[in-house]
Amino acid sequence: MGTTALERPTSRGTTQARRRRVVGLSTLVVLLVIAGAVSLAVGARALSPADVWHGLFAAPDSDQRLTEIRLIVQTVRVPRTVLAIVAGIALGVGGALIQGYTRNPIADTGLLGVNTGASFAVVAAIALFGFDDPFQYVWFAFLGAAAAGVVVFGLASIGRGAGNPLTLALAGQGVAVFLAAMTTAVALGDKESLNALRFWNAGSVAGVGFDVIWPVTGFIVVGLVLAVTTLPAINLLNLGDDVARGLGVNIALSRTVGIAAITLLAGAATAACGPIAFLGLMVAHVARYLTGPDYRWLVPYAGLLGAVILLACDIVGRLVVRPSELDAGVLVALLGAPFFAVLVWRGKFKSA
Amino acid sequence: MRPDGAEVRPNLRDTRPAMTPGVRLGTVSFVWRPWNVLVTVLLAAAAFLVFCLSIGIGDFPIGLDQVIATLLGRGEQVDEFVIMDLRMPRALAGLVVGVALGVSGAITQSVARNPLASPDILGITGGASAVAVFLVTVSGGTAAAVVNAVGLSAAALAGGLGTGLLVYFLAWRRGIDGFRLILIGISVSAVMEAITTWLLATADIRDVARAQAWLVGSLDGRSWDEVRVAIWGTLVLLVVVGGVSFQFKPLHLGDDVAAGLGVRYTRVRAVLLLCAVLLAGVAVSAAGPVPFVALVAPQVAMRLVRCPTPPIVASGVVGALLLIGADLVARTALPIGLPVGVVTAAIGGPFLVYLLVRANLRLPGQG
Repeated sequence: MGTTALERPTSRGTTQARRRRVVGLSTLVVLLVIAGAVSLAVGARALSPADVWHGLFAAPDSDQRLTEIRLIVQTVRVPRTVLAIVAGIALGVGGALIQGYTRNPIADTGLLGVNTGASFAVVAAIALFGFDDPFQYVWFAFLGAAAAGVVVFGLASIGRGAGNPLTLALAGQGVAVFLAAMTTAVALGDKESLNALRFWNAGSVAGVGFDVIWPVTGFIVVGLVLAVTTLPAINLLNLGDDVARGLGVNIALSRTVGIAAITLLAGAATAACGPIAFLGLMVAHVARYLTGPDYRWLVPYAGLLGAVILLACDIVGRLVVRPSELDAGVLVALLGAPFFAVLVWRGKFKSA
Repeated sequence: MRPDGAEVRPNLRDTRPAMTPGVRLGTVSFVWRPWNVLVTVLLAAAAFLVFCLSIGIGDFPIGLDQVIATLLGRGEQVDEFVIMDLRMPRALAGLVVGVALGVSGAITQSVARNPLASPDILGITGGASAVAVFLVTVSGGTAAAVVNAVGLSAAALAGGLGTGLLVYFLAWRRGIDGFRLILIGISVSAVMEAITTWLLATADIRDVARAQAWLVGSLDGRSWDEVRVAIWGTLVLLVVVGGVSFQFKPLHLGDDVAAGLGVRYTRVRAVLLLCAVLLAGVAVSAAGPVPFVALVAPQVAMRLVRCPTPPIVASGVVGALLLIGADLVARTALPIGLPVGVVTAAIGGPFLVYLLVRANLRLPGQG
């Protein structure tokens, strides 16, 4: 077990630690603002800060150049940046929650089969109904993600394997391989869905408009609210089910709320961006390193870190293979998998 | 609790007492298990039957007796052409790939001491897929030249082998631990998957369809040339596995006991894993990443043979039976000629779930 709630059961006693955490949180907010600003400026066409400012706030006028800039900033850069922040927060918080609830240090929303569930639903929806607009199939992605997440989570929680890190990873892997093959089977018979799938599958925050972002954000906000209400319960659950029950936690209720929150967060983020694995896993570990095991601090840290990292990956992806782009999801995986491997290698998850 | 809860454990009900008669041939001795041999022979017979059926069924149906006569070299000329030139490569590919995957799965499951370990999870298929997709989708002189020179299959084999070795070395830390091996495998697979996805997203749609067809695993349109490589590769590897396998059984007893019995476990395990990786690589290069056969076959074999650990020979036979059977179903029963990989995934997914749930329910105290 990597989560060591017993080491520091209450740390709010020391005002110094508290101050350090507040400073850390503020630093992350500042980093996020900077990353957001960079994200608005960087891209196929680099813009100066003044240009970005104009693009955001200048009133429409006849200047050809300014109109162009306004178009780029408002219809391309702003949605992209907003989505990266929203999805990053969702995946970060989802990752931290899932590790808290499963007491499993390698739990990750991406490893839960959420991604492939969403892919399969997208392909099936396109093949069956001929959708061609992300706004139409985002709902199917959401449903597929939620269904796969619940199935994998349920499978991994049956019996005594619930506390075993390997079980969840394997259940996720098994369902993922199965769904991936089914997805391919559908996609092979249907060019349209194959084409839509391959773009969606890479995991990108680009190319989605506010018509998709607003409803997705709605789900994520609900998920975040649910998440916040369960934070004290997670701390107690990490002391063990019996202790938590003794301290008055309604275990069944708090688990249900937790799973609902995770599903909303991961499902909504995946629906909008496509599969982005390892982000939640990474930030949960970094957050734990920074704050210690208190989930009331860990979760906000993880959310902000998720947003910063996703934004950063998106920005880097725009720069490294110009004039083309590397999708944020691919970069996150390239960053996250070695991170995961190092954690494994250092023997972090020796026993369940 | 053991770290890998889903560990292969001897099921006491199914284990024969140690009194089973032994057979000694020179320096080699093994336990004579009539049930094991009987089941394996029956499975092999079934595999051969399905093999013949598969050859006989098609647009130009040929009766079972005619198929067998032709295989024995006494068939009519028309049949001989259809069978030997058209249908044989595909059926043989199914047979060989099935055996390779079954044996590879039996070895990885035994070495990782986890019934859920398979080449899919150890990154081998992921690496092979990434290389194959790279070659198919990246247009331009170099890639095309490489494909022409060494063939897609060989390149995929190299990719699978490279990834398998990478996983092995990354998981190495004063020895190989099954748990670490699986987790590292999962993470390396994820990287390969990310690369594959990105390649697919940037490529031309026609190439994507080709790559996708390869990615799901298919026996369609195999030629003798491809099959010949797979057959020889598999045969050579099976001989090596056979040679090492006498030192294999004690590994189940744990490293210390194995060492006490005179097994140099690190080396035996390394050789076996290498063979498993190569077998999986050969299979992937011949048929694409057919999912789940390597996972399911050893588990089915274990239950049929009533043996506490995955039996190598029987796993290979079950793998062959499974793959040709699935191919036959894919070819005849399903409407649009789906590739065999879809059928094996449809069987394997639920089977994996069954294994997981069972392992979970059974964990402590009942092993």
